[in-house]
Amino acid sequence: MEKYSINHLRELEAESIFVIREVVAQFERPVMLFSGGKDSIVMFHLAWKAFHPLKVPFPLMHIDTGHNFEETIKYRDDLAEKTGTRLIVKYVQDSIDNGRAVEEKGLNASRNVLQTVTLLDAIEELKFDCAMGGGRRDEEKARAKERFFSHRDEFGQWDPKNQRPELWNLFCGAKHMGEHFRVFPISNWTEMDVWQYILMENIAMPSLYFTHLREVFCRDGAWMASAPFMQLKPNEKVEIKKVRCRTIGDITCTGVTLSEANSLEDIIQEVAASRVTERGSRADDKRSEAAMEDRKREGYF
Amino acid sequence: MSGKEHGYLDMELLRFTTAGSVDDGKSTLIGRLLYDSKAIFEDQMEALEQASISRGGEEVNLALLTDGLRAEREQGITIDVAYRYFATPKRKFIIADTPGHIQYTRNMVTGASTANAAVILVDARNGVIEQTRRHAYIAALLNIPHVLVCVNKMDLVDFSEEVFEAIKADFKDVASRLDAQDIHFLPISAKLGDNVVDRSTHMPWYKGETFLGLLEALPVGQDWNLKDPRFPVQYVIRPISDEYHDYRGYAGRVASGVFRVGQEVVALPGGLKTTIEAIDFAGKSLDYAFPPQSVTIRLKDEIDVSRGSMIVDAVNQPQQSQEIELMICWLSEKPLVVRGKYQVKHNSNELRCIITEVKYKVNINTIEEIHDDLSVGLNQIARITIKTTKPLFFDPYKQNRDTGSLILIDEATNNVVGAGMIL
Repeated sequence: MEKYSINHLRELEAESIFVIREVVAQFERPVMLFSGGKDSIVMFHLAWKAFHPLKVPFPLMHIDTGHNFEETIKYRDDLAEKTGTRLIVKYVQDSIDNGRAVEEKGLNASRNVLQTVTLLDAIEELKFDCAMGGGRRDEEKARAKERFFSHRDEFGQWDPKNQRPELWNLFCGAKHMGEHFRVFPISNWTEMDVWQYILMENIAMPSLYFTHLREVFCRDGAWMASAPFMQLKPNEKVEIKKVRCRTIGDITCTGVTLSEANSLEDIIQEVAASRVTERGSRADDKRSEAAMEDRKREGYF
Repeated sequence: MSGKEHGYLDMELLRFTTAGSVDDGKSTLIGRLLYDSKAIFEDQMEALEQASISRGGEEVNLALLTDGLRAEREQGITIDVAYRYFATPKRKFIIADTPGHIQYTRNMVTGASTANAAVILVDARNGVIEQTRRHAYIAALLNIPHVLVCVNKMDLVDFSEEVFEAIKADFKDVASRLDAQDIHFLPISAKLGDNVVDRSTHMPWYKGETFLGLLEALPVGQDWNLKDPRFPVQYVIRPISDEYHDYRGYAGRVASGVFRVGQEVVALPGGLKTTIEAIDFAGKSLDYAFPPQSVTIRLKDEIDVSRGSMIVDAVNQPQQSQEIELMICWLSEKPLVVRGKYQVKHNSNELRCIITEVKYKVNINTIEEIHDDLSVGLNQIARITIKTTKPLFFDPYKQNRDTGSLILIDEATNNVVGAGMIL
């Protein structure tokens, strides 16, 4: 008997591939933003599937804060080389050196917000008309109302009150000169979907996501990785713990969780049992109730 | 532990839309589903309680979970469709939750356009009211396959079977005037949890499923049109590498029907006949493909096929015409202009059109046709005729949501101004 139904992961996959193909068909110079985190790894995997046997027909771009986990950089470079994909790296340090961005000060200083300057400059310099990102609607409330095809004006800004209606599978990428789009192919995926899909597709992941011993310290109830550029408060002390990353981003704002999860199956069980969202340990979202919206309006990922 | 043991490889996806305001208990109903299925996390719940209390509310206001936009929180209103996610061991659910107050029709149409099911809440004390008719009309217009009528606040009418039956009869009367789909009625109390996740002990007379039970049981697999093979071409894949020198594949998503290797097909426009040589997906060959799969089709003969083309069954072909009759929902503050030119997006095809005639408008509160005032503004629904610059290949929306839908785009602003359903 032939079967005419697919499971939820295959349906999400089909939807995302449809969106990525629309991007390539509708835009002249698309780019895919790549951070080395699980969402961008899955998004790239979908792009690879969408165009096989053609190589992925757009470059990857990493906005590098300089505050990375070494492993992420190696994973990124290996992936680009293995798949023959062009990789563009833009450095926040360059934006600081040429006076476009000013380094934050204080204990919670992070280059996360500064990435926006580097990103918008890169989009303008390289004349990209569409940047795909791995944002998901379940991640954060300002993202819950984001479109698949999200319009940005000539300043790279998002106007959440005047978003274009998005109906059926009809995505409208029409724009004026100087404007661009942000497209989020995995909008409808949850953290659980991402991990289940990684397991189903057997996608190799950076080992940071699995349990390992790391020098960490506790700040505001969240465990943070210790690194030379992190400043400690007097009462904070570095300890060695068994941890894993639930999200991977800039070290200064990525929390780690105490975990023994050693395999994808373990991670799925841990996510299923977790009662805190993955962004619960992201320092960048804790700045204010509308932190994400404010960053997004200005042109953040 | 394998995926099979987890069970997640057998999970299906169901998209449903909910409409209405806070008063009819919609937030309470969704909140219960989300919380009971652990889709609301502790840090979210804490933030929610904090925010609700600081705004002077007594109960947790679920809207604050997704009303994350500054403007929404400042004005205390929901501006846009909010997407929420939860899963049970059987299914993953995507809720398109549409606000009741402003932009009502525009939002509900948007949320309904991809939904398998519509949840309509009726306050047991008020019965079928104007808003109920509006919900029912839009669900029918958008051809949502399943409608769940939840008669809520049964606790406030002493869990009365008579009240429930009377509302059911009233709703059926409304539905009989619509092209209605599979309708289910449930007596619930979202606040007390009766028949939401657990069976009610107060209503032994109700023998049907609970709300969650029904959401898990709706036959979504049958919602796809499996009989009319339609494949809009999104993109042509030509690697021009040594290994794949002559490879020419048509990338797209199966809109409807089943495509098989060896099947006789034609490519529109042009209408040249050929056969399917292979169906590829990421290095694997498939024997057949069905909706909503994204695949790559290769054809035996080299014929002119590009983005905007549609590969269809050689015998079972869509209609084609330059004069199209459709129902349109107007989404823009700038009113519809008769004789005005608009851009059309239909599947992967982009073309232009002139709106030639407005036949009538629909009063969606009474479901009556309006013939004397034919001006069409924001949130209004009308029957119109358009003339397109080239032929459109389509099926009636009632038969095919993919090939029967289109959007109109304002050429000056690039805004999406109309949602069309072809008759």
